[in-house]
Amino acid sequence: MAKSETPLLDELEKGKWPSFVTEIKKAAEKSPMAKDLLHQLELSYKDRIGHWKHGGIVGVKGYGSGVIGRYSDRPDLFPNVQAFHTIRVNHPSGWFYKTDALRSLCDIWDKHGSGLTNMHGSTGDAILLGTTTDHLQTCFDDLSEAGFDLGGSGSALRTPSCCVGPGRCEWACVDSLDLCHHLTMNFQDEIHRPMFPYKFKIKISACPNDCVASIARADFSVIGTWKGDIRIDPAEVEAYASSGLNIQREVCDLCPTRCMEWDGRQLKIFNEDCTRCMHCINLMPKALRPGEEQGATILVGGKAPIVEGALLSWVLVPFMKLEPPYGEIKDLILRIQDWWCDNGRSRERLGELIKRLGMRTFLRAIDIPAAPQMVKAPRTNPYVFFWPEDIQQEVK
Amino acid sequence: MATDIGPPDYKTMLPPVVRRNYGKWLYHEILKPGVLMHVGESGEALYTVRAGSPRLLSTDTLREICEIADSYCDGYLRFTSRHNIEFLVSDQTKVEPLLLELNRMNYSVGGTGHSISNIVHTQGWVHCHTPATDASGPVKALMDEIHEYFVTMTLPAHVRIALACCLNMCGAVHCSDIAILGIHRTVPKPDNSRVPNVCEIPTTVASCPTGAIRGDMKNKTVTINNDKCMYCGNCYTVCPAMPIADPDNDGISIWVGGKVSNARSAPMFSKLAIPYLPNNPPRWPEVVDAVKNIIEVYAAGARKHERVGEWIERIGWERFFSLTGIPFTDKHIDDFDMATETFRSSMQFKWR
Ligand code: HEM
Ligand code: SF4
Ligand code: SF4
Ligand code: SF4
Ligand code: SF4
Repeated sequence: MAKSETPLLDELEKGKWPSFVTEIKKAAEKSPMAKDLLHQLELSYKDRIGHWKHGGIVGVKGYGSGVIGRYSDRPDLFPNVQAFHTIRVNHPSGWFYKTDALRSLCDIWDKHGSGLTNMHGSTGDAILLGTTTDHLQTCFDDLSEAGFDLGGSGSALRTPSCCVGPGRCEWACVDSLDLCHHLTMNFQDEIHRPMFPYKFKIKISACPNDCVASIARADFSVIGTWKGDIRIDPAEVEAYASSGLNIQREVCDLCPTRCMEWDGRQLKIFNEDCTRCMHCINLMPKALRPGEEQGATILVGGKAPIVEGALLSWVLVPFMKLEPPYGEIKDLILRIQDWWCDNGRSRERLGELIKRLGMRTFLRAIDIPAAPQMVKAPRTNPYVFFWPEDIQQEVK
Repeated sequence: MATDIGPPDYKTMLPPVVRRNYGKWLYHEILKPGVLMHVGESGEALYTVRAGSPRLLSTDTLREICEIADSYCDGYLRFTSRHNIEFLVSDQTKVEPLLLELNRMNYSVGGTGHSISNIVHTQGWVHCHTPATDASGPVKALMDEIHEYFVTMTLPAHVRIALACCLNMCGAVHCSDIAILGIHRTVPKPDNSRVPNVCEIPTTVASCPTGAIRGDMKNKTVTINNDKCMYCGNCYTVCPAMPIADPDNDGISIWVGGKVSNARSAPMFSKLAIPYLPNNPPRWPEVVDAVKNIIEVYAAGARKHERVGEWIERIGWERFFSLTGIPFTDKHIDDFDMATETFRSSMQFKWR
């Protein structure tokens, strides 16, 4: 038998988890690009270093984003990946697909690219991995013919993404799919033509379980929640109890605010102390439901560490009702982006700018009133700033 | 050609049972690992079968998935935020045949409830220019080793693992139960012959969060104060002539105890467990062993429903280090911006 040319990668075809190496090999049977990718990757495994150069700027007509330039640093060895650009394709809300749509994506990608994809990237887009510069425009044309558009990249609004929400989840307090689609359509220009100091992300989870990690990775996080009492179906509570759920230990004792009481027959919730953490509802979905007055909390500033350290989003609007046409939230996004564009330095994310100029300044600029829900506790340091109008002016 | 048409309307992608019960789901049950049943107020049910995916998929495999969805799901499927494939079945009688088919084709079914779901990860050596490690390789090696936790639901709670191949953290991994993070450990080397041509000096200087870079205007290049550099690679992002990758010193760090969900405890960042493990392709044995060890110690010690971070907060970091056998070093003590927030100012600590 001939000696394998990719002995290191071959090791990763063993084992139970589906193998990305097998995927690259499958594509390599049809695509010389995928074949060179495989061999370049083997070299990386040998050298323990990546073999891609810094991307240059490439794109399609009328767009400043959606395509990431990528070039091999060993085009002498791997001429077919000399250029190997990525195309970000805006996914449908909630990553739902009808197979004919997915197949048309496959056909287009076999015609223009390596046949390799990421389903999906961490921001949400369907990532088409690797094509040459001269295919970019024709690939884009075919994509838009099939009803697909590009997502964001660079200093743009990044492709908004959302949890499955009302599509399949009984806990959804907002229509994450519809809101995501609306915002994506509304802000096409901001997605496709980078005009911000840096990237801006919107992620929508329809309840506090936050399945799309909105609080950790979005500059603008929308998380569904409710006001009022958790709805209880007493018969179903008893059904859970008799089916073996230890309601005292697993539900009441783990309630972070200890606002639940179980006497062996009846479950009581002292809702004024509940912080809507979802724990009890997660454990007894049949018996407990979020309260009827539903909406979302808007939080801002979340990001990964680069440049000034990681941040989790901070509460900005404790409760907003979210219904089409979503005027209030669109308006808020515009006010925030205006302030950020006016004041942000290059490569400064929203959260970093708020840190630098102060939450007080930010709130005033975007006209949001201070609320106790915004802080864990009031400040402990006495270096309090006052607005000029707070101060009695000296009499001349 | 038309621009700015936006994504396909999700409504055209929803199975009829979803359209009928949209926003009117009543409850769900996990029938077995990887199989969910959602029941609507109408009494109708939707069955979801969740299968693992390497995230990097060929069009051939995508077509294969489409074929399966055509046979069992009337042509409807979705992907999850952790890159899994979900087959959406509206006909209950098709669930078992679908499971048999997936089994026959070697798809792993699982990732529901108290399991380890797919590892969110980044591009690595497959497609990025800044990685300190590969992404798909360590993920594959680890998922092979902890496969049992994907196909069962035997853990105390969900364990979310994520991997990013450099500090840019495309996967935003910093709030995971276990985060695997590629790190550089050596200072970038400005290429003085290229810096003047490809880089803007002021931008490069400004890119450094620690002020380690100084402009050398006379020679149209930059110099680096090695003591101030914390190897973030930010300068390389703006100036390609300052390569930072180093085969012998790049590697992986492990972080634990983060979460994003609000259930019980508030969302929290992951914290440093292991500052450095070597890059040892193709199977990264040191990384796989280290992560597996943490999972096993957690599985043995945590109470039901306790996430990794909640378990550690209960037993204390002192005991986390003694139970896992991970050495505590000066690298675990923060010396960056907000370091003092993590120092202890009380007598309430444990001896081990
Ligand atoms: C060649 C270099 C890079 C490659 C190949 C790359 C690749 C990717 C991909 C494929 C995604 C997912 C995109 C999507 O789903 O639409 C992503 C997201 C992301 N990237 Fe990069 N990226 C690169 C450079 C960077 C840099 C320089 C930074 C930061 C300075 C960065 C930070 C991020 C972050 C924070 C996310 C989003 C994570 C999330 O929201 O879940 N990336 N990257
Ligand atoms: S965030 Fe909440 S509503 Fe959305 S999918 Fe997760 S549990 Fe369901
Ligand atoms: S939602 Fe959380 S805080 Fe509220 S009652 Fe349930 S467990 Fe307690
Ligand atoms: S985490 Fe870093 S190395 Fe990995 S894909 Fe993102 S930018 Fe590239
Ligand atoms: S790697 Fe980071 S800390 Fe080091 S010089 Fe570059 S920007 Fe500064």
